[in-house]
Amino acid sequence: MAVFGSIEWATAFMEAINASKAYEEAAKTWEGDFYFIIEPTGEGKESNYTYVDLWHGKCRKVDVVTEATKDKYKPEFVLQAAVGTWRKVAEKKIDSIQAIVTRQLKLTGNMGKVMRAVKAAQELVNCVTQVKTEYPE
Amino acid sequence: MFFGVPFTVFGDDSLQYLNTIKGKRAFIVTDANIVKLGLDELVRAELKAANIECKVFDGVEPDPSIQTVEKATVIANDFKPDWFIGLGGGSSMDACKSTMVCYCAGIGPLDMSPSDFFDIRSKARLLCIPTTSGTGSEATWAIVLTDVEGQRKVALGSYETLPDVAILDPRMVISMPPHVTGSTGMDALTHAIEGYTTTWRTPFTDGPGLAAIKLIFENLKKAVDNGKDEEARKNMMYAACQAGTCFGNGMAGLAHSCGHALGGIFHTPHGVAMGLYLPYTMEYVANGSEETLQRYAEIARFCGLAQGSDKECSKALIAAVRKLMKDIGQSSTVKDLKIDKDKYLKAMPELVDRAVNEAMSIAVTRVPESEDLQKMFVCAYDGKPVDF
Repeated sequence: MAVFGSIEWATAFMEAINASKAYEEAAKTWEGDFYFIIEPTGEGKESNYTYVDLWHGKCRKVDVVTEATKDKYKPEFVLQAAVGTWRKVAEKKIDSIQAIVTRQLKLTGNMGKVMRAVKAAQELVNCVTQVKTEYPE
Repeated sequence: MFFGVPFTVFGDDSLQYLNTIKGKRAFIVTDANIVKLGLDELVRAELKAANIECKVFDGVEPDPSIQTVEKATVIANDFKPDWFIGLGGGSSMDACKSTMVCYCAGIGPLDMSPSDFFDIRSKARLLCIPTTSGTGSEATWAIVLTDVEGQRKVALGSYETLPDVAILDPRMVISMPPHVTGSTGMDALTHAIEGYTTTWRTPFTDGPGLAAIKLIFENLKKAVDNGKDEEARKNMMYAACQAGTCFGNGMAGLAHSCGHALGGIFHTPHGVAMGLYLPYTMEYVANGSEETLQRYAEIARFCGLAQGSDKECSKALIAAVRKLMKDIGQSSTVKDLKIDKDKYLKAMPELVDRAVNEAMSIAVTRVPESEDLQKMFVCAYDGKPVDF
């Protein structure tokens, strides 16, 4: 069990992605890296940044950075939400694309590029479901 | 979650609402045919009564391109409107929405994201007046543009692009020719059936979806057979708007994915492609999803098409869709569209790739893999039932 947003979780996510034939097929032409940002859960707390580099159906790198070190990467896409929303997406209580268009999940980056890769997005969520996750309060 | 609808003015002479709006300059985005028919004159006369200056951009083509929006934006930047009026079918209304965002936010057509807030209402408001009864664009935030270079349709929009006002005046659709009435009507039926059965649906989308489907089954053939049937015309106009409300808030499904793919490659008119794939994709989803089978049965019972088991009612609904298409002379196979079979099969990898990557493909209760999509595309060529 890994805590969502931890390096252990990110590493397990990378392993799930790289083990998925369905993701590899759906994302075979995808080139683009992400920050998945978990918004602060309370006063005095900071956002959590999980960096995920996706390239041609594989995950090349993951990392977890903080508010102070977030400039380490300049990803093409940023997806941001409160932990509760991330959990709803991960548990498939809401479709990831639906979460984006209803602004529950805030996307920065070329929406058109994401909308041309919805199958890959769906398979990515399937990879998330493979990771045994503990969500922070 | 939320549910959005525009303030909707409908019925005889509802264009008169225009002479009550407050503003200085209205930018009308439309196509040359609407100007030729003089429909823009009806709009301009009402705006003149409200002391609102008008400028018309009539350069919208079917499946409007990104470049068309860029051209319209240049003119809007010079005119500085406080109202944008989309007048026409879905192409004109979508081009209008996109032009308004580009003008108000100072961005390019592809730069919008649902996550961004552009505060476009601080500069202008959006009003849509449909002249067809199909796309429902007057009731949705969706924008579909064509990337000419990539030969691909691009779905854009955000909740800010939901029109403030929709005006449904039957005068605007009375001259629509039968084949356009038929294909746009099938587009509306597809919106309603798919919107009623997607995984995005909510209790708020159910009502408009069901109401639209019933109205379409009762009125589409009448409107095609006799374009002067005012009652049928009105009901189809209302149904298209309700169907827009349903799928605009609840998403569309597989017929849209397949239809967009076909339209992007073979330039098949939107409504024709939607109607064509609707029964095949309905069969596919019903064969593997108890949830949607039950929803189809609910529709059939509500419309008085059948009673009995869910399976019997679902089959009756799909049969009724096929019968309606036949009755109004719509193509029910790709072969009917005179698309060469070799070219169609050669384009299959591209058709499947496009369809699988449409957002609508993952909003259904039975999400197809590429192999199943390919089999469906093949069935639709010769008109074979989807039995898998």
